[in-house]
Amino acid sequence: MSKQPEEYEDIPGTWVFDAQRARKGYHLNAFFYSLMKAENRAEFLADEHKYLEKFPMTEAQRDAVMKRAWNTLLELGGVSYAIVKLAFTDKKSYQHMASKMAGVSESDYVNMMLSGGRSLDGWRSKSERRS
Amino acid sequence: MARIIAGIGTSHTPAIGAAVDNGKTGEPYWTPVFKGYEPSKKWMAETAPDVAIIVYNDHVNAFDFKIIPTFGLGCAAEFPIADEGWGARPVPAVQGYPELAAHMVQSLVLDEFDMTIVNEMQVDHGLTVPLTLLFGQPQAWPVRVIPLAVNVVQYPAPTGHRCYMLGKAIKKAVESWDEELKVVIFGTGGMSHQIQGPRAGLINKEFDKAFLDGLTRDPERLAQIPPLEYLRDAGAEAIELVMWLMMRGALGERVREVHRFYHVPASSTGVGHIILETA
Repeated sequence: MSKQPEEYEDIPGTWVFDAQRARKGYHLNAFFYSLMKAENRAEFLADEHKYLEKFPMTEAQRDAVMKRAWNTLLELGGVSYAIVKLAFTDKKSYQHMASKMAGVSESDYVNMMLSGGRSLDGWRSKSERRS
Repeated sequence: MARIIAGIGTSHTPAIGAAVDNGKTGEPYWTPVFKGYEPSKKWMAETAPDVAIIVYNDHVNAFDFKIIPTFGLGCAAEFPIADEGWGARPVPAVQGYPELAAHMVQSLVLDEFDMTIVNEMQVDHGLTVPLTLLFGQPQAWPVRVIPLAVNVVQYPAPTGHRCYMLGKAIKKAVESWDEELKVVIFGTGGMSHQIQGPRAGLINKEFDKAFLDGLTRDPERLAQIPPLEYLRDAGAEAIELVMWLMMRGALGERVREVHRFYHVPASSTGVGHIILETA
């Protein structure tokens, strides 16, 4: 029971939030969505592990939440617009989260954007990188 | 009859809304962005439309993952502002036009576009940032709004071609409403950007410029861009540009470009903006 690799899986540094990933991330994303309410944000921050027990997600997903392992959260089915609610709960910005995902400091990330953003060179395709 | 008199393409980056709400528009980082929208605000004040159809996407605020409509048409009388995780934006609630929205639903479904009818919905930055950019900070929005929410969060978004065709059906729906109304349509989001993963921060200025050019001159070609090309060449979130094609489809064949603006960056996005009047 499997399918052919999708063409978009050839894009480097990107986890496309497709139907299979959405299926795996359903409860993880439900947790992020719950953080839209101020009382839930407070309850989560008071005891993260206990709060996460309310959502039937995998241990790997819970662990990635606790560690703020942003890219792992993407890989395990989180979608960035939902994941960012965890960053907001930590009083961090979207840009903070994006810089962590990109593996650079926030100021380096801001400077990259100010100088026109990340170039497509070398980032278009994994197969082009290998050739 | 009601007529669509213009289309507006604009980014809806949340940081732009936050800059306005927190009084940062005069900071050097932000001045170029707001300067680019000065002519647009003037144009909008002079144009004074009665209704704005705003094609946008919800960012996991109104819709969680229980139900994901591909096309959701807002039929409510009022749309409250969502708390996206840091408190609701301090902007007025959005007033709808339920009678016209109901008419559009009937017309569109019979035209074989199976809209999801949304009778209660909070609206997020995807809809409110374009209002702020074009109308500033009024006590109440001077226009009635029909929100059209498109799923671009879970892959696949509807294709550019599908959106373009839906735009044409929207034109037909609006023109069959028997009331003298000036209607504008917004296509929002984009332009090139990626806000996830190690490739975050991707910008493709050439892609964006070609898209703006094509919008005016050759939308039929743009409507053929496959989803993969947006994702790969302009960033995972650039797929939002399909919503601009819906706007363009609603304008008819010939348009007149009255304003264009492009700037990098606002947060992680390339800010693009265009105003097209119908011929």
